[in-house]
Amino acid sequence: MVAIPAPEIVPVTDAAAPVPSKKSESRGLGFYYGSYQALKNINMPIYEKQVTALIGPSGCGKSTYLRCFNRMHDLYPGNRYEGNIMLYPDHTNILNPDVDPIEVRMRISMVFQKPNPFPKSIYENVAYGLRVRGERKRALLDEKVEEALRGAALWEEVKNRLYDLAFNLSGGQQQRLCIARALATDPEMLLFDEPTSALDPIATASIEQLLAELKEKVTILIVTHNMQQAARVSDYTAYMYLGELIEFDATDTIFMKPKNKQTEDYITGRFG
Amino acid sequence: MSEAAKVREIRALIAAHKRWDLAFAMLGLLALMVGVLTFLALFGQMALEGAPRLSWEFFTHFPSRKPDQAGILSAWVGSTLVMIVTAATAVPLGIGAGVYLEEYAPRNWMTDLIEINVTNLAGVPSIVYGLLALGLFVYQFGFGQSILTAGLTLGLLILPVVIVATREAIRAIPAAIREGAYALGASKWQTTADHILPYSMAGIMTGVIIGMARAIGETAPVITIGALTFIAFLPAAPFTGDPPAGLFDWILSPFTVMPIQMFNWTSRPEAAFHHNAAAAGLVLVVMTLSMNALAIYIRYRLRRNIKW
Repeated sequence: MVAIPAPEIVPVTDAAAPVPSKKSESRGLGFYYGSYQALKNINMPIYEKQVTALIGPSGCGKSTYLRCFNRMHDLYPGNRYEGNIMLYPDHTNILNPDVDPIEVRMRISMVFQKPNPFPKSIYENVAYGLRVRGERKRALLDEKVEEALRGAALWEEVKNRLYDLAFNLSGGQQQRLCIARALATDPEMLLFDEPTSALDPIATASIEQLLAELKEKVTILIVTHNMQQAARVSDYTAYMYLGELIEFDATDTIFMKPKNKQTEDYITGRFG
Repeated sequence: MSEAAKVREIRALIAAHKRWDLAFAMLGLLALMVGVLTFLALFGQMALEGAPRLSWEFFTHFPSRKPDQAGILSAWVGSTLVMIVTAATAVPLGIGAGVYLEEYAPRNWMTDLIEINVTNLAGVPSIVYGLLALGLFVYQFGFGQSILTAGLTLGLLILPVVIVATREAIRAIPAAIREGAYALGASKWQTTADHILPYSMAGIMTGVIIGMARAIGETAPVITIGALTFIAFLPAAPFTGDPPAGLFDWILSPFTVMPIQMFNWTSRPEAAFHHNAAAAGLVLVVMTLSMNALAIYIRYRLRRNIKW
């Protein structure tokens, strides 16, 4: 009854393999939109230079959880966090009110659901994160922009039109531009909020391939609606339901032999 | 029921619906025509009456007791200078207040109260602004019956228009763009200066110019603060007065504006002055329409690169 095509799942950990070090750990994390509790007591690690996928039905809180990692919720009134999200190796609790959300966002970048390039040139889009940090040296900006565009597998397609408007790119290119924009500042962690839900299958495949390359350098946390995608791209998977973390484990374990009945029902398509 | 009968029934139904479509289209066209034709009739009559008076001399002569020698020099110069002060007042204050309300203000009852007040200010009769200005600018601050007073008064008058336009323009920016900037570690001010303001500039400028087009035709508040109805000299040109005030001597000089000049001429008994009034009215309407055209052009230019 397993709905997932088996050959696509490559086991990444076995009992003997060393567990990678933790990049982050959530401890007793809760979150409130006003009086509505959207996240309840979430405890889970994020492993360094691994892809961790958050799955679950609509409204389960996976995007809400993702947006805790760069304190996006601080932009809107009435939101409240509870508990900690520790960031390693420096043991910073990024939810601590004394930690400036700007500092958190400078360390942890995000790619959104729909491509959201600024109405500026391709170059200016990628350079913006550096400009925010006060970088003005043209040579350094040029170098970083190229590096980021190469990192996002977009350089060859845009190198001759860096000063064109970003809106003239296709949807998939725009999303890779947004990834380049997030990469340009060398973040420690990259958040992806359903990055392919607005894209066609070919663009989706190129983003997924990119994720596999990116995790060599950076820790990735991705929200996805698509279970096959989670199985394809992630090393670890967390299944969430109604604001709670139901199960967290290596992706192959979650998809092949989940310990929890709810997870199994969701994975096998009996629910959700 | 047979298929054929069903089709006949559907066709009869569609025909009935289309009769209503036609009826509404006629009614709508009629309503539109009432407005358009009234404007065209008023404008046409004014143009017919005033056009023969339009000449170079009409723009370069001061008002005079002789209708054929009278011109609108002091009026258009006065209107232009007052508009400069109005813009210099309303643009920074209005944009600043609008940005603050949208981007910075905490969401609480205090902000709600301010918002309601700003919206209501747009509905306050302009004569009330005139009275306020008479007490505050003319007497309290001692600015006198000057271009400065008139500019500040009209600036306050259109402030709500600019604030509302600024807020609407900012609200039209998708949340995803704002979040995209914040997610890269931008501060509030960086987000505002690099994204919010540039992307909303088209809407803001439109609001500013439409506000100015309203202000240039305002009469009541300008009369209330004591603008002259007959003036045969121009404000001092910059750099002609004694330093250090020389640059801004013009700002404290007495003045008149286009609508007052018109009002003055209409109240004369001689028909020849009425032709002058019509000609001045024509100039004023053209000034207003060109400002609106400029607003449309700026909107088009600035929005070319923005697609949402």
